Parts: sequence; structure tokens; C-alpha cells
Amino acid sequence: MPFAGVDFLQLDELLTEEERLVRDTFRRFVDDEILPVIGRHFREGTFDASWPRKLGSLGALGASLTGYGCAGLGPVAYGLIMQELERGDSGVRSFASVQGALVMYPIHSFGSEEQKQRWLPKMAAGEAIGCFGLTEPDFGSNPGGMRTTARRVGDTYVLNGEKRWITNGGLSDVAVVWAKTDEDGAGQGGAKSVRGFLVERGTPGFSTRDIHGKFSLRASVTSELIFEDCVVPASAMLPGVQGLRGPLSCLNQARFGISFGAIGAAMACYDEALRYTKDRKQFSRPLAGHQLVQAKLVDMLEEISKAQLLSLHLGRLKVAGTLRPAQISMAKRNNVRMALHIARNARDLLGANGITDEYQAGRHMCNLESVFTYEGTDHIHTLVIGEDITGIPAFD
Amino acid sequence: MKILVTAKRIPDPGQKIKLKGNALDLSAANWQLNQFDEYAVEAALRLTEDGAAPATRQGAVTVASLGPADVQQQLRSALAMGADKAIRVEAKDEELDAVIVAKTLEKLVRRDQPDLVLMGKLAADNEGNDVGQRLAALLGWPQATFACSIQVVDGGKALLVGREVDNGVEIKKVRLPAVVTVDLRIIAPQAVKNGRTAANFAYPEGPRYASLKGIRAAKDKPIEALTLSGLGVSTALQVKTHGSELPPARQAGKKIASVHELVEKLRSEAKVL
Repeated sequence: MPFAGVDFLQLDELLTEEERLVRDTFRRFVDDEILPVIGRHFREGTFDASWPRKLGSLGALGASLTGYGCAGLGPVAYGLIMQELERGDSGVRSFASVQGALVMYPIHSFGSEEQKQRWLPKMAAGEAIGCFGLTEPDFGSNPGGMRTTARRVGDTYVLNGEKRWITNGGLSDVAVVWAKTDEDGAGQGGAKSVRGFLVERGTPGFSTRDIHGKFSLRASVTSELIFEDCVVPASAMLPGVQGLRGPLSCLNQARFGISFGAIGAAMACYDEALRYTKDRKQFSRPLAGHQLVQAKLVDMLEEISKAQLLSLHLGRLKVAGTLRPAQISMAKRNNVRMALHIARNARDLLGANGITDEYQAGRHMCNLESVFTYEGTDHIHTLVIGEDITGIPAFD
Repeated sequence: MKILVTAKRIPDPGQKIKLKGNALDLSAANWQLNQFDEYAVEAALRLTEDGAAPATRQGAVTVASLGPADVQQQLRSALAMGADKAIRVEAKDEELDAVIVAKTLEKLVRRDQPDLVLMGKLAADNEGNDVGQRLAALLGWPQATFACSIQVVDGGKALLVGREVDNGVEIKKVRLPAVVTVDLRIIAPQAVKNGRTAANFAYPEGPRYASLKGIRAAKDKPIEALTLSGLGVSTALQVKTHGSELPPARQAGKKIASVHELVEKLRSEAKVL
């Protein structure tokens, strides 16, 4: 029997007809196209080359952007796509998040008309793949300290530096790379001098190296980007933004989607645990008939229901234009925590079966360890909210 | 080609059935489009497009359903797949039987004059399998049921319809207008040949996904609302349900200690020896 959703509070009534249709389309897509192959990809550590075009043909890539072949969806419908994709696998959702929120979004918001025309239609169709280079080996939570530089030489910039933990890196046709410039009067090397550059695959001095040996997000490509005197034309710079506001605004888009995505992973784990414990008998009755098991199942359902309300509400705030970054931090922090907790408990309820890849819980559990850390670690989101309520930044 | 497709909503067949008194309790049903009707929508779209360039349509697909306002959701999903417009005839599920449905469709056909009515071979809820046949009789049109393939021939004036029968595939030629009901193999990659799509073109298996563009476009497509009385259809039920009961629960099996006992039970209890 296919997955039928988790909707204890009848929250479907709060969705528009369009939002439900979008959700149902991707629910079926995940059943048909992701779940039958995800176990193999996770085991073998491979990304399915057919996914980008399949997602693109449905309109899932950059779905909340308008024009340039993008679907122009509202934030809740976009979030529900992320939810369903992550119900399949966090790696698949990560691919879509990076493509849409971290690459297409900055090109759409800060790019020149020429950059938009060149990249957005192809990226929306899944014919071109993008990655987002912000994090460096020594600068993750503190991107302002980045060492990658872009030195202006005539009509060009010369990039030097290294980016790490870059989803889609090795697959990418174009990388959005954030680097410090030596101009604009903002003080050389300061965080305010950060600019974005579109660096195309094949540019001399630009290479990528995939990171192997991952316990997590195995069906997604994670890479290093290396820039050694990499020369790009001045027109490769994103003209519309300067300073860390550029990358941080992208991350806000992505984190909003991740808060929905985590719900998908949690729903998959809860659904699997519920089916399993109703089916498997120990001590003369189904596991689900034991009090300790019921308590775990109820905890899962309760957390999922609250997370659903949280993300849905933030989606409505986003439409109204009143959504604040600290609120997104709360949704990312809460929802990923709850999903990771649920995945661990689901693995527990599945007993020994839970440690094999015949079941989903272990895979989601491993994936969510990455989601817990990326896009703002759990700690950083705690401090963002902490600063918001106290007025005192506690980062340094 | 102008095609009318039926779209019945049914409770999710995977859901557990509940009874209230001796009638089905559908208050908690998850409604979905009858899968065979979804196949009919897919077949209709394939008949009206060039598979290699789906945006260039020739003809139009109208989807019709009888039911309460909620049916709009299923109609919208057919519009999102690519159908052009929809008709909803207001009715409660318990006020409908195959006769009323067939007569309602007859009125719609006489009003809109489609070249072809495409329907699922049956609805997967009650598996009635008689509306298509009734409709063809009411209209005096040729019919081909359980279609596994459709090929447009004679310059669009007739169809060759393949039907899977016990010892092979029977090919029927029906002239248009006609009523055709489809079986599950109609969604095979090359089951529908409209004469315009390249002969070797292969669709992906199964009904298409509603793309986000399709879903966006569906918002602006018209859903015409009609009533049974407005169409002049008598609402007196001719098929009456006298009761419903759940299949008996399975009894626990018996453990048998020896072959001797097994043979004995097969003789005395199962009475197969």
C-alpha cells in the first residue's frame, strides 16, 4: 500500500487545491522514480543521472522563481515539493535545494539579464546543474573569514582558494562562488567585499574533487572546488549584491525548504515504524500493542504534526513578506532535530531490521546527520535565535 | 478530434473499508481519480497531440464527472495532466447509479457532440463495468470495451481498437463517433497511434505526471457546473443497494502434528480426499 501521508490534524484543509495537487504529483514521483532505486544508489554511493531532467520536466527545479522557464509556485507548494523529495531521500532533496535555492535563486535575484538568460532556462529543465561555493575547509559557520579571493586584473577576475562540502560540485556545469575582492572601497579582505561569481566547468584553473567515504547523503555528490589562478571575465560577477547578504539570502531560501524537507524524512520513518510494529508480533501481540512502542509512535506523530504547522505558517508569512531569518532558524532547528530523533527511534523500533538498507530508517538517520550540520549547524541556529531574543550576539 | 473522458472519484482502494450500519462509511475516505479513468485521460491526450511536440494539440479533451463539489480536485488533476476543460454534474454519491450516470453522459454527449467518448473499463470501487455499454446503447453508437490499443484510421473517421481476449488480441474497427472503454495496457508506450505522432514514438509507461506548469495552467481552465435536473435526467434510482458486508475475517490456521493427522483432516474436514 503506497504512502498516504501523515496528517493527524487534518492540515490538508489548510492547503490550497494547487498545493495539494503539487504535493500529490511529487508523492507519486517519489514512489515511482526514487524509492525503487534509492537503496541501490545509497549503497553504491551514486547519484542517478536521470534525476535532474526528470525533476526538471516536472518543474521542480527553481519552482518558486518566476519567468525563465520556472514554475512560479508559492512558498508552501515549493516546501511541499521539498517535503516529498526528502520523503524519498535527503540527497535527492539536497540536489533540488542547491539547484533551486542556492544557484538559480541568486542568479535570478542578483544576476545580469545575460546571466539569467544563459542559465535559468537550462537549469530549470535540469539540462544544466549548479553548485554553491561558500563553505571552505577552515570556514563553515563563519563564512566572513573566507580566504578565497578574486583579484581584479583588467577586464577579468583571478580567483584563488578552495571550497569544501559542496553539494553537486563534481556534477556542476556552473558554480556560484563567493570570494573576497580587492575593490569597491569596502576594505580589502573584509566580509563586505564578498562578491558572487559564476564559474563554468572547464574554466582553466578550476577543478573539482569528490569527497568519498561518506556515511551520509550517499546518493548525492559532495565535492571540493579548487581555484588556482582561475581567470573569469568581469561579466561573470553577479552584479546585484555585495557582502555576505548575498550568500545568506540564498541560505534563507534553502533553509526554509529544508524545514519542509525534514518533515518528509520524518514522515517516511514514522510511516515505516508504524507499519512494521503493527505487523511484527512479539510476546503474543503486535509490537504496536505494547505500551512503550505506542509511546514512541505517539511522540513521533506529535512532533511531525507540530513541525507541519510550523513550516506551513512560515510559508504563509513568506507570502505576506513578514518572514524573518530568525524564524527560519527556528523551523530549520526544530524540524531537523525532530526528524533526526524520529529516525533514530524508528531505527530502534525496527530492531535488527533497522540496521539494513532493506528499510529506510537507517538511511534517513544517516542522511539527517548531515542535514543537522549543513545549512547552518544546529548550534548556529540556536545562537541566531539567542541573539534575536536577547540582542546579544554570542558567536565569538 | 473532440473527446469526452469520464473521471469518477473513488475511495483509495488501499484504505480499509468501514461499514456504518449496512452501508459503506465513506466519511474518512481518501478520494482519488479512478485509475482506469486516469488511463482514459492519458489515452485521450495521446490521441490529440504529437507525442514529440505535446504542446501542438489537435482536438480537445473534456473531462466529466458526477459528484459533490470535492470532485473538483480530481477534475483539476485531469486538467493539470493536460485536458482542456471539465464538466461537473452536481450529485451526491449515494444518489447515483449506473443508469443515472449513463443517462447524464448521454445528455452531455448530445449537447457537446464529441467524436469519441473514452472511459475507464470500470470504476475500481464497485467494479460495475456497465456505464460505457449503457451509454453506447443509449446513443446508438458503436462501442469497443477493454481497449488495450487504439489506432486512428480512415483519415480520422474510424478507430482500430485492440482488446485482449483469452487467446490473443482481437482487433475491432469502430467508426466514429463511438464509445471506447480502456483497460490498463492502454498506457503502454506505444498503445495509442493517432496517425500524427511518429509511428516509432514511445511514451513513458503509465499516465503522465501533472507538471507544475500543467498545475498552474489548470487553475485557469474552466470547470462547468451542471445539475441533473438542469440536464433533464430523472433522479429515481433504478439500482438499489440492499446491504453491504465485509468479507469474513480469516480464521487462525491449525497446527497438525503428523502426516497421518494431515491426511485424516483432509478427508474428514477439508473433504478433498
